[in-house]
Amino acid sequence: MVYALCFVLFVIGLYCALTKKNIVKIVIGLTIMEYAVNLFLVLLGYRKDGVAPIVEEGAGPLEFLARSVDPLPQALVVTSIVIGLGVTTLAIALCVRLYEKYGTFDISEIRRLKG
Amino acid sequence: MNGMTVIVKTVTRWLKVFIFLYGIYIIITGHLAPGGGFAGGVIIACSYMLLTLAYGKEFTLKRLSLRAGHHLDSSGALLFLVVALFGLGSGGIFFANVLQNRYPGAKFTLLSSGTILISNIAISLKVAASLFLIFIILSVLRIVLVEDGSQKMIQEEEEE
Amino acid sequence: MNTLLIPLLVAIPLGGAFFIPLVSRKVRVLADIIGNLATLSVLVIAVLLFQVRTVYSIGGWNASVGITWVLDGFSNLMLVIICLISFVATLFSSQYMERYTAKYKFYSLFLLMVAGMNGVVMTGDMFNLFVFLEIASVASYALVAFGGNHEELEAAFKYLVLASIGSTLVLFGIAFIYGATGYLNMASISQAIRTGPRTPILTLAVVFFTVGFGIKAALVPFHPWLPDAHPSAPAPISAMLSGVLIKALGIYALTRVLFNVIGITPIYGAVLITIGALSMVVGVFLAVGQWDFKRLLAYHSISQMGYVVLGIGLGGYILASGGKQSAAMLAILGGIFHLANHSVFKSLLFLVSGSIEYSTGTRQLKEMGGLLEKMPLTRATCTIASLSIAGVPPFNGFWSKLIIIMAAFQGGYPWLAALTILVSFVTLLSFIKVLRYAFLGHLPESLKAVRESPALMSIALVVLAIFCTCMGLLLIPGAREMILDPAVGALANGVGYAQAVLALR
Repeated sequence: MVYALCFVLFVIGLYCALTKKNIVKIVIGLTIMEYAVNLFLVLLGYRKDGVAPIVEEGAGPLEFLARSVDPLPQALVVTSIVIGLGVTTLAIALCVRLYEKYGTFDISEIRRLKG
Repeated sequence: MNGMTVIVKTVTRWLKVFIFLYGIYIIITGHLAPGGGFAGGVIIACSYMLLTLAYGKEFTLKRLSLRAGHHLDSSGALLFLVVALFGLGSGGIFFANVLQNRYPGAKFTLLSSGTILISNIAISLKVAASLFLIFIILSVLRIVLVEDGSQKMIQEEEEE
Repeated sequence: MNTLLIPLLVAIPLGGAFFIPLVSRKVRVLADIIGNLATLSVLVIAVLLFQVRTVYSIGGWNASVGITWVLDGFSNLMLVIICLISFVATLFSSQYMERYTAKYKFYSLFLLMVAGMNGVVMTGDMFNLFVFLEIASVASYALVAFGGNHEELEAAFKYLVLASIGSTLVLFGIAFIYGATGYLNMASISQAIRTGPRTPILTLAVVFFTVGFGIKAALVPFHPWLPDAHPSAPAPISAMLSGVLIKALGIYALTRVLFNVIGITPIYGAVLITIGALSMVVGVFLAVGQWDFKRLLAYHSISQMGYVVLGIGLGGYILASGGKQSAAMLAILGGIFHLANHSVFKSLLFLVSGSIEYSTGTRQLKEMGGLLEKMPLTRATCTIASLSIAGVPPFNGFWSKLIIIMAAFQGGYPWLAALTILVSFVTLLSFIKVLRYAFLGHLPESLKAVRESPALMSIALVVLAIFCTCMGLLLIPGAREMILDPAVGALANGVGYAQAVLALR
């Protein structure tokens, strides 16, 4: 059920990236899409009544396996968040340069390439 | 740009060291508690960003110049690669945790993870330097109107 | 020995990319030397490792929990193609990029892109595929915007938005597969899918993968970024983008996931055939009317990618629906051989356009003319490349197109063969137009002072032209078994990939 909400968030981000006219809003839409996928990935590892996957002093590996949530999607999401950071930074730098060259943030005016 | 008022400057002068220290703590205990290289690097970059916002960018650039930022960036990445190739050289497997396999430390202490500690430090250097550079470069650019009517983007700091 | 060389394929470009900014701020020529040395050494290692089939576990971890790198026939062929084209492109850019500022940053980003592509074709783990895909993609977004002019920035922004949507869809697909099977290793996923029920989640994942990798490969409903991005980039980057990036990140990843991990069914095969045929037709008909040389070449890339997907899709469809085995192998052979050929002649065409732009300063066909007496070497190599792409014997394009047509006839689909012949004919028309306007005709006044391109650029052009001429020889039975048949076997093996990998662990 909660996975369907992740999908709704993804579609909201996709709508924003495809229909908005301001290029900064398009970049925000891209970021929302990436975070929706990250949320989905973390929620995959959930286990009912699970604890955080940190091994403590007294516990052994078997109790850890029986009680904790899945740590693998959390490692994947850390990597994915940093990748999203890199793409967003590059996109914002391109937006700043586009404003210098064209004088506007509106994508319907940034249309010199035709054909 | 001369930064903010005296209150902000005084509080920043006391607070930036604690933020930096917290960042180092998160990096070093990355194998024992949540955190690690990425998160610690972001926090260290945040301490420099606070310095820039409170004091102005000329002051910050005197503390950590753009050239030093670029050099730290490349050195962090190269250190990570050297750690990975170290496993290749002594044992024949890429990225192996050689220190843990040869000199294992006791569990739950600081030195129990071998090369993961060095990898965390290298990653944090790269992330902190990169985020600091991005913030400074995107904020020093200003758009001015030049003589022939068009707009031009100038950079306040000249680098060779 | 092999285990020492395999990680170097990714470590050398990464090390070079981070080493260049440290040393090249004062001494400018070091960037050229380190860049060319890095791509040359990677090419040598890729050729040395050509016969090796192995599974390499990173960090010495047990293969079912760690990341593994798998080298089989298809990966080796892609590695050699990527390293060869990147070496030729760095040779070319040593002199072409003098016109741009900050040349050392160009080499740094270029080597990052090469490291990313090498990683994509070698990996045997799904999330590792995504990470290397993003490394190569982000480096290419920055490289398309390298010059800082109007067109380059606008094209780079459009490319960034569309390709990020593609990458996010790929990550969504990987998340679905992890949720359905619980593994990230390609061989383990393949086994889990065989033994478990075939749920609708897998179909949804396949749809996401097709759209995501299709955006990266610029297949037809997802192609609008390519005609803007490829012309606006500097010429060696256009050669790399059109020559290897859309193949390694798009076609290789899509076919690896569909054939070896999920297993191809008649429906997926039919979808691939439809997308391939659409791309062929739409690409070539939009290309004929272009007057900008590089934009014309970019539209032709879409059409030739349609050929490759048509060949591979036809082979998959015949294999899955139980048709003639020999026709299927022939179709996949045609598809993979056309992929290799297209890398060579399309990169040569983009480098020729870069050479023309370096000397005359223009890309519009109507402003050129009569360059034949001023630039004879460029004209010769351009003729060789145009004849290859149009499918004239004995150059390499003819053989791969012939194999695809023969496979379509043998499989019992003569209308596909007729479509392929029609598209070849229109390709020939558009390249006759290029040759007539650029090289024949009379020389306009403004171009009286052009000279031939500098030495290193010409050497790069000649190397690729030699490959164009000789690659038809790869179909001689001895060479074919050594070079092309392992790649065909790796794809046609389908889900037997899992057993092959497990046998090598």
